[in-house]
Amino acid sequence: MLHDLTIHEAASQLRQGQFSAVELTEAVLDRILGVDNRVKAYLTLTPETALAQAAEADAALATARRAGEAEELPALLGIPLAIKDVITVEGVETTCGSRILAGYVAPYQAAAVDRLRAAGAVILGKTNTDEFAMGSSTENSGYFVTHNPWDLSRVPGGSSGGSAAAVAADACLGALGSDTGGSVRQPAALCGIVGLKPSYGRVSRYGLVAFASSLDQIGPLAKDVTDAALLLGVIAGHDPRDSTSVDAPAPDFAAALRPGADLSGLRVGVPREYFVPGMQPEVEEAVRAAVAKLAELGAEVREVTLPHTDLALPVYYLIAPAEASANLARYDGVRYGLRVPGETLWEMYRRTRGEGFGPEVKRRIMLGTYALSAGYYDAYYLKAQQVRTLIKQDFEQALCEVDVIACPTTPTTAFPIGEKADDPLGMYLSDIFTLSVNLAGICGLSVPCGFDAAGLPIGLQLIAGAFDEEILLSAAFAYEQATTWRARRPVLTGDPE
Amino acid sequence: MSLTSVQVEYIAELARLELTAEEKVRFAAQLSQILDHAARLQEVDTSAIPPTATVLPLRSVMREDVVRSSLSQEDVLTNAPAVEDGCFRVPVILDQSG
Repeated sequence: MLHDLTIHEAASQLRQGQFSAVELTEAVLDRILGVDNRVKAYLTLTPETALAQAAEADAALATARRAGEAEELPALLGIPLAIKDVITVEGVETTCGSRILAGYVAPYQAAAVDRLRAAGAVILGKTNTDEFAMGSSTENSGYFVTHNPWDLSRVPGGSSGGSAAAVAADACLGALGSDTGGSVRQPAALCGIVGLKPSYGRVSRYGLVAFASSLDQIGPLAKDVTDAALLLGVIAGHDPRDSTSVDAPAPDFAAALRPGADLSGLRVGVPREYFVPGMQPEVEEAVRAAVAKLAELGAEVREVTLPHTDLALPVYYLIAPAEASANLARYDGVRYGLRVPGETLWEMYRRTRGEGFGPEVKRRIMLGTYALSAGYYDAYYLKAQQVRTLIKQDFEQALCEVDVIACPTTPTTAFPIGEKADDPLGMYLSDIFTLSVNLAGICGLSVPCGFDAAGLPIGLQLIAGAFDEEILLSAAFAYEQATTWRARRPVLTGDPE
Repeated sequence: MSLTSVQVEYIAELARLELTAEEKVRFAAQLSQILDHAARLQEVDTSAIPPTATVLPLRSVMREDVVRSSLSQEDVLTNAPAVEDGCFRVPVILDQSG
């Protein structure tokens, strides 16, 4: 079935003329029709635009074939992708999963989406997210909950849960998400797919609605490592509109993936602090088995230490909300989005924000406001930034001794919808293994490494130094190619119910 | 630590958030729990450690002071709840305390 294909398979078969781009997009749209009433990955679908984009791709393919230039076609020509709803697509509603932006039609487009379109991709629609990317389950969406395709009673993870579920359910060939504390890697692990957080500065944040400006990055969610590398290669690169985007050339990441390559010469570090009491035993087992597999492939495995790991949670939950409190000050009912009337401007602000924001967003705005307020700034925000330096130094130190760090992505597999609803701190703990990577600004990915007894996916996290995505991807690729986890798919019939 | 409801009201006012009575109680408890957890940081000796505001060495990224195209006024007003004379219309601002 066409919707089962990976990006690289579809790209190759499109060039060979096995099917048309319109047929491919139609097949994926049919799949969405068949499963999304149960998975609920999409907030907004743009089928007419998608089919028009696919028709353009077919025209380009026909022209190239006539001229004998099929090999030089843009990398993602005709490939249907989904975009997390915190990333703007011009002319399409962007809600960020919030009621405060209901009806907001983006007058501008994210740099990453521009790059996908320049590479010929077809945009299917916008996927569900925890409100303003704040959450680890997609339950904080102001609209509805997304369901994990592996078990519909469970969460897909978050905040990029819609994108992860869509990829896992073959309701797109790949997707973009955003990762501030783990929001691409954690849902990728819970949904049994690949999710990558690039190094800070690697991908432009222009058009990514800001949550925490020193932590946010757009990242790909994909069916396999090759697809993740292809997507990263397209979206990475300097953008003058984002002053935090790095002026360094983006290598051809997919070219770093050599079939049959072993891992001799690769030094892998396993951090002792990432195997904690309270984590699911099957997750620990699967990750340790994956590390053993890396050794089998020739890697030199040793233990490393990241001594300040247990401080990542409090550091993150001071810095991220502080930055968010500043970034979300713009939602005031004046220029866009929800406006709740008031007698005065101040009343309008208070009522609009009180009604428009959900509880998790309000909690974090308040936490951040408090941490930045007079009398508390030094004890909370400044202190957190200092400990952030220690966390960053931990990784710099460890990555002198090893090339890549291997550990779990999450402490447990997907939990039931509603289980952590009244336990914000419990919810925050699902990100303990991913947060530090954002604080240090380095790169990390999750790749499938097994299943628990209930058939729920488990993710292996690999972490590399800043701008070392090639090392990350080639290690992940070698592991993926030596295992068969990808052969197992969630059972979701395509019959509409 | 325990945030009082007066403190919660003060923070909500700074953040321009109208909270229900129930929210004030719930958030006071939840925020206190999170802040208790954050108190761990006080145990760390950071006297010689510089803060990390951003992980990149970039500072004051500049560009040439040349006018470039941006959003049109029409684009900017597209999503406005209320428009008058090409401006965003808002309720009267009486005084600082509103």
